[in-house]
Amino acid sequence: MSSGDVWIIGTSMTPFGRFEDKDLIDLASDAALDALTDADSTISDMGVVAVGNVYEANSHNGQRLQKQIGQTGVPVYNVVNACATGATAVRVALLSLAAGEADTALAVGAETMGKMGMLGEAAKSRDTKKQYSRKGRYGSVLKTEGILGTGLMPGVFAQAGTEYALRHGVTDVQFARVAQKNHAHSVLNPLAQYRKEFSLQEILEAEAIAYPNTLPMCCPTGDGAAAVVLVSDARLKTLDPDVRKRAVKISASVLTSDPWVESGQVQPDVNTLTRNAADAAYEQAGIGPQDIGLVELHDCFATAELIHYDNLRLCEPGGAGEFIDSGAPWREGKIPVNVSGGLLSKGHPIGATGIANLYEVTAHLRGEAGERQIEGAKVGLTHVIGLASACAVHILEARPTSGSEVG
Amino acid sequence: MPNSIGHRMPQQIPIVDYLVLSEPPHLEAHACTGCDALYFDRRNACAHCGGTEFTRKPLSNEGRVRAYTIVHRAAPSVPAPYTSVVVDLDDGGVVKANLLDVTGPEHIEPGMPVRLGTYVAGVDDDGVEAVAFGYRRQEDAA
Ligand SMILES: [Zn+2]
Repeated sequence: MSSGDVWIIGTSMTPFGRFEDKDLIDLASDAALDALTDADSTISDMGVVAVGNVYEANSHNGQRLQKQIGQTGVPVYNVVNACATGATAVRVALLSLAAGEADTALAVGAETMGKMGMLGEAAKSRDTKKQYSRKGRYGSVLKTEGILGTGLMPGVFAQAGTEYALRHGVTDVQFARVAQKNHAHSVLNPLAQYRKEFSLQEILEAEAIAYPNTLPMCCPTGDGAAAVVLVSDARLKTLDPDVRKRAVKISASVLTSDPWVESGQVQPDVNTLTRNAADAAYEQAGIGPQDIGLVELHDCFATAELIHYDNLRLCEPGGAGEFIDSGAPWREGKIPVNVSGGLLSKGHPIGATGIANLYEVTAHLRGEAGERQIEGAKVGLTHVIGLASACAVHILEARPTSGSEVG
Repeated sequence: MPNSIGHRMPQQIPIVDYLVLSEPPHLEAHACTGCDALYFDRRNACAHCGGTEFTRKPLSNEGRVRAYTIVHRAAPSVPAPYTSVVVDLDDGGVVKANLLDVTGPEHIEPGMPVRLGTYVAGVDDDGVEAVAFGYRRQEDAA
């Protein structure tokens, strides 16, 4: 009897960076076609397509992609869900398989941000008469950013970090060590946007962005795409043995939003929804944090990674500072975290991020990660969170090598 | 000193409508009558319990620092560095604002007590002043 399991049989990501000669659909096509090749499949085999993108979300990118790689008439879903956009596209594809509407699916995430900068676009100049009037649900008479605190990404994640730090005694050096680790890891990843190692001192003395995060503790903007090909368990059994042996099981797929907390209206709570997603994923997969061989988590800022050690239950409660000090999340450590270089150095083209982390973990579980391979990794966890908020956690498992299944 | 709203002052308008320019200036929230959840903005229903009835509730001018950051790279036209704080108000409510007169992490301690203060953040072409609020360390504001 076939289980309800869903498998990744193909995956790819483009290098992340800035590509002036490629538009969004070029990048999406590159990732999609390469993932299909990796799956020994073609677009004609796909029963459903889901495409995630944030900044061109009203452009029907799924259909634009089909025009370039195959208009097969299957259902297409255009997905946007903050920094969890790519992961949500994967979940849309997965849900189609789980519902029995399709037994093969292609999920793609793509983004072109260029040199947008971490604060977004500059303000437009004003030439009309300035006259205060109450606007919006807060009755604001002028822009409150920078007057009533900061709500921009660097500041929000800095404040999330200091909230944890004030409670648990984390130091700015411990936050900086996260960036030191991820930049060191990125040197081994040919697809990373930046592959430069930084000393702890260089990180601490770099340009301050929003304390305690300095420039190398903030992820860059950039372009890129990633894709996965999913199949149902029943479909997998019909596929070539060479495809089956490289298949990676999705043992858990969870999406959460932020539940109400008193402070949430002024400072997004990035913790509760991550904890909820992690707990549900561990339960779904029937494993615990101690079973995880590697983690790709959402280090949009160094402060974010540190608090997610705790949120994902990788460390003792309140012990994220000691966890980084212990070396546990380094690639040689107990639970390697962001061996790809993470968002801090691999890059963060928003729509692609939640699939690129699946690409990374799949590569390790297949034993195909080259120089940066974590030897013997059998189980991996991916995590993305975007403000709004949306959080996705996936747990992937390598296929047992003994080939217990008859097909 | 927080400025006060007296006679012969230019016309003033609060930067947001949850700042009330009475004497003393203070914050007011919409309180859900079902669960006491507090909201600074207008809500169609309570995000906590689903209730649809709200009353106005004045909030304390004193609280404690829960989180902070010192912003060095700020949005265009915002002077930097400045300090943003999340404050747990005494008797309920959490608010975000600037911590005035502090730009170094060494001046911030866990649970540090702060007090609300107001200041003029801008003037429009009719001479109307926009009054903003921020917090000061209680030891400085005393
Ligand atoms: Zn309520």
